[in-house]
Amino acid sequence: MADPVFFELLHAQIVKYVEERQTKDTDLSSLDTIGFTCGYKIIERLTRDWPKFKDELEIVKFICTDFWMAVYGKQIDNLRTNNQGLYVLQDNMFRCLNKIAIGKEHLQVAPLYYTFTCGLVRGSLANLGVHCVVNAEVQNMPSVKFHIQVNRL
Amino acid sequence: MSRQTSRLDAKKVNSELFTLTYGALVTQLIKDVDNVDDVNKQLERMGYNIGVRLIEDFLARSGSGKCYDFRDTSEKIQLATRMYLGVSPTISNWSPSGDEFSLVMDNNPITDFVELPDSHMGLKYSNMLLGVIRGSCEMVQLEVSCWFVQDQLKGDNTTEIRVKLLRKLEDSVPAGED
Repeated sequence: MADPVFFELLHAQIVKYVEERQTKDTDLSSLDTIGFTCGYKIIERLTRDWPKFKDELEIVKFICTDFWMAVYGKQIDNLRTNNQGLYVLQDNMFRCLNKIAIGKEHLQVAPLYYTFTCGLVRGSLANLGVHCVVNAEVQNMPSVKFHIQVNRL
Repeated sequence: MSRQTSRLDAKKVNSELFTLTYGALVTQLIKDVDNVDDVNKQLERMGYNIGVRLIEDFLARSGSGKCYDFRDTSEKIQLATRMYLGVSPTISNWSPSGDEFSLVMDNNPITDFVELPDSHMGLKYSNMLLGVIRGSCEMVQLEVSCWFVQDQLKGDNTTEIRVKLLRKLEDSVPAGED
């Protein structure tokens, strides 16, 4: 079974590749697409034998606990919702950022490192029937808040 | 948050996540870069950058010392493949001079779920692995050359990587020091 270090290094290389290629400052769409494709496919494998989710909140809780634990080795530290489709997931020690800086240094590179995960979450939720937009914000490294806004028709 | 132990096997998840991410990366590369040869080169370069950093993790975790000879190196590469890819390759087909060997894998995990379309037969899908081997060896002063002899994606029975030692790199003395 593969080691997490190998995946972290691969992720870093992908980030570097996208950074080198981007023509506009904020064009991280390919990172998001790669994350989305992965999330969409992996969630099928992960939840194959899982009992059916009762509702949207159960799905988000699954992402916060089992999913995050399997992918990042820990659970989400804090989950908030307004019960109207907006969820905020806080990870205080986000693995992709914890080797870069602590505090307010290097905040401008944080988007490069959380965009893949935003796509991963969006893809996973999409294949579970929850269509949403996922963004993130970082105020203090390495703590990240992922904002999931579910499209309610 | 609930504290029950997860039913998901983290190692297996990481392995599949790696495979899927690698696949998505290759797809993106093919979209960005038309030429299949350039994609192969890009994959090898990324692998090299990974290898250069992976070797440190390997040395720290395995506690390995210096290799006595190239056979020793081949065993370490075998161990690393087991550690990082989760598969146990075999070493075979040593050249008479002992500077070339084959790493044979019955199952290449990064090609799980992958099929190569006819239009992209020139793509060396697992080229990153060659770069990883080259990068990590260079960090321990060995210049090696690697290539695929057999590739399961192209219809062969196994995946075989040939590794050849080109030369030992000497530390260059900075100017002004003797």
